[in-house]
Amino acid sequence: MAKFRGPLAFQAPSAEWQLLPFRFERINGKVLVTNLVGEHLFLSAEDFDQLARNELPTDSPLVRRLRAKHVIREGADELPVELLAIKSRTRYRRLAEFTSLHIFVASLRCEHSCPYCQVSRQSSDKGAFDMTWETAALGLESAFRSPSQNIKIEFQGGEPLLNFELIEEVVAAAEVRNASEGKNLGFVIATNLALLDDRVIDFCRAHDVYISTSLDGPADLHNKNRPRPGKNSWELATAGIQRVREELGVDRVSALMTTTRSSLGRVREIIDTYVELGLTSMFLRTLSPYGFAIKTKSFDAYDVDHWLPFYEEGLDYIIELNARGVPMVEQYAALILKKMLTNDDPGYVDLTSPSGIGIGAIVYNYDGDVYASDEGRMLAEMGDKKFRLGNLHQDSYEEIMLSDALLAPLEESFAPSAPMCQDCAFETYCGSDPTYHYATTGDFVGRKPTSGFCRRNMAIFKLLLDRYEGDAGTRALFQTWAGH
Amino acid sequence: MIALRGKALSAPLEEPLGHTVWKIVDVATANSQRGSRAFVVGEDGEAPEGFDLYLTRSCGPSAGKGEAVLRLPPELDYLSGDDVISVSDDGQRVRVLWRHESRQNSVLLTERCNHYCLMCSQPPKTANDDRLLAEAFELMRLLPRGTSEIGFTGGEPTLYGQGVIDLLRLCRNLHPEAQVHVLSNGTRFADPEFAAAWAGIDNPNMMVGIPIYGAEPARHDYVVQAEGAFNQTIPGILNLAQLRQRIEIRVVLHKLTAPALPEIAEFIARNLPFVYQVALMGLEMIGLARANIPELWIDPTDYADELVEAVTLLDRNRIHTMIYNHQLCLIPRSMWPYTVRSISDWKNEYHPECVECSVKDECGGFFFSAKYKVSEKIKAIPGEAPREPALLEL
Ligand code: SF4
Ligand code: SF4
Repeated sequence: MAKFRGPLAFQAPSAEWQLLPFRFERINGKVLVTNLVGEHLFLSAEDFDQLARNELPTDSPLVRRLRAKHVIREGADELPVELLAIKSRTRYRRLAEFTSLHIFVASLRCEHSCPYCQVSRQSSDKGAFDMTWETAALGLESAFRSPSQNIKIEFQGGEPLLNFELIEEVVAAAEVRNASEGKNLGFVIATNLALLDDRVIDFCRAHDVYISTSLDGPADLHNKNRPRPGKNSWELATAGIQRVREELGVDRVSALMTTTRSSLGRVREIIDTYVELGLTSMFLRTLSPYGFAIKTKSFDAYDVDHWLPFYEEGLDYIIELNARGVPMVEQYAALILKKMLTNDDPGYVDLTSPSGIGIGAIVYNYDGDVYASDEGRMLAEMGDKKFRLGNLHQDSYEEIMLSDALLAPLEESFAPSAPMCQDCAFETYCGSDPTYHYATTGDFVGRKPTSGFCRRNMAIFKLLLDRYEGDAGTRALFQTWAGH
Repeated sequence: MIALRGKALSAPLEEPLGHTVWKIVDVATANSQRGSRAFVVGEDGEAPEGFDLYLTRSCGPSAGKGEAVLRLPPELDYLSGDDVISVSDDGQRVRVLWRHESRQNSVLLTERCNHYCLMCSQPPKTANDDRLLAEAFELMRLLPRGTSEIGFTGGEPTLYGQGVIDLLRLCRNLHPEAQVHVLSNGTRFADPEFAAAWAGIDNPNMMVGIPIYGAEPARHDYVVQAEGAFNQTIPGILNLAQLRQRIEIRVVLHKLTAPALPEIAEFIARNLPFVYQVALMGLEMIGLARANIPELWIDPTDYADELVEAVTLLDRNRIHTMIYNHQLCLIPRSMWPYTVRSISDWKNEYHPECVECSVKDECGGFFFSAKYKVSEKIKAIPGEAPREPALLEL
């Protein structure tokens, strides 16, 4: 049939390939290439050399892969540029809708005395450390000024249940206000559950309030981390989790862990504790009681090296559990995978650029001070108010959101223009954590070669890519996590 | 296989028929529309007066009466009331435009096309066939209200430009509830004005099915035998998406496309995540595919891994994915829930293995065309039938 033309007739007319913006990283003899929006592919060293020396043939499987992933284009192709533009716009679209998480520090008081906690107070003086209704009302006003269509109000502490009346008032007022605003409004109480009672349960049921709690692993570990009179923090927390699951629903409670040195080597037990409680997601958090990292400054690269095997073992164990049919999501991996495998950016404060401080989440302290992040508030408790954006009683919404205290770190830490990050193959998966870098180095950008943040994340990116490329089952699992 | 065209056994007409598209009636309706209808004479031999055309079955009683009578060939004896046919002026050639019993009527709008796909089931011709479009207009007026599904195919329907827009608007106005599916290669939508005209039809029940055969130009253009096709089809899809039109991506699987399926799925997920659904089609050995068997044939078992990889990826990206025209015994069980039974009855013919097979009723079945090339791995599935696969939802 002479009517048909062979494949050669449809290859690019010339080998005039133009490179589109891409970055690369050599990993275990292969070369990882990521395009402008973070789509990735692995090339052999020889293939990469061909690309780098501009010696690609007119057509080959390699050329087709590179064109499909928008790494190169044929001279006249407009389409790849247009598609990259659309994907970039999609990644950044959330920026216009800023600040969805509003953290109200309802009370600084706490009946626990956790050694790594920088903020809580052992005090029965309600007046001194509880948020007043006047302050909360101003916080609510600020929350509703945010352009975001999704507004989540999270009550934190200390132990916010110690000021439960305020929570009731804020939720009621927010609901009234929202009748005319029409936002997607949600509430979370971050509590250690020690004070969970009928009143709290009934209230959460009536107002769709979610519970976020702390669970560090098995009883001995948890109780060691979280001393309280009675030494029964774990018992109270797990009973509380079970109660919320039964009386409000399994999806209404989530738990966060704090990793301490005692956790290292025990990751399977920690995960098992979550599984036994019927929880289906967890967050293998990094080992850094924030204040400790700040005080010591230099230990942290060393520290990351101890933490990474913990994370790796935990991730592999979670993958193994899923393969056995036990559902469990590792949230940090899920956040990164969403950025790796889709055009979405979940806007997680530490893993997005510009950083999510102030524009992803904002903190209203009990006394009306406004902080760009929870870590910024902790830093202030240790005497450095760098991330204090203003005070609800003195400053307008505009003054707070346009303050130098917010804009300077956002702008300066923007990863695509930060040294090392701008050439980093993982930049689109990563973020900029100005609070961390300021706390450890004194400026918002930090020095990435010695940054614990960089070291940790880069190792996790490599780990995730390795497992993703490794086998089809993990690939499918990761795609599920990315789709959440 | 049910025939869709045939030659009349006899058609002793005194004068040419006045028009070509006829709706068939088989009960003596009392209305004044008899003039434009064709009455098909039943076993009882009764033929009420007043129809402009009478059809008799190949061996059935005749109509007599000296009116315009056309004797159907045996393969068209199945025609009955509410079917619609087109008849040439001399009464000799009969083409079935609509079978009221089928849920998969597709209306051929033209045989012309600006592509020449290696596996085209409807090999493009160049002759002017505008009459097909004219017949389609007529057909829209004759279809009963409440028609649930209408498919349009080609050739490339959008070659008509405004003509096809007008047809689809008429279709929307007369059959607002019908699910409308149009097959197009998508290049025409690269023209923003045409895309806007398409959106202007304003039919939320309309979907356009557009094929993609690669994640970059070289492969796609080769398969469709048209240079620059990819660089028009994709912008066309983007234009439609911007106008919030419903889009289906179709991938016909054969030796050139199946190995690239994961790549294509990834391309769709990252670049076209807004599509309404993706349909992965088994290759039908008809039309040009038959001429290109050596270039195109691949045993479906040889692309099982790619199929699983691609379907998983699309599914995890929440893109509704369907597998058509695949024999269940040739694909992994994990893929069965995605299969859609091809219910165009006239195409289903089975292989000897199928007789004993427990999933025969759910199977994508066999095409009459399978005699030209079929996998040697067809093997009856023993035991209990699994759950029903999803039925077609256009
Ligand atoms: S912090 Fe490190 S891993 Fe992250 S983008 Fe910068 S250089 Fe890359
Ligand atoms: S044996 Fe026949 S009916 Fe059974 S799965 Fe195979 S093709 Fe389908």
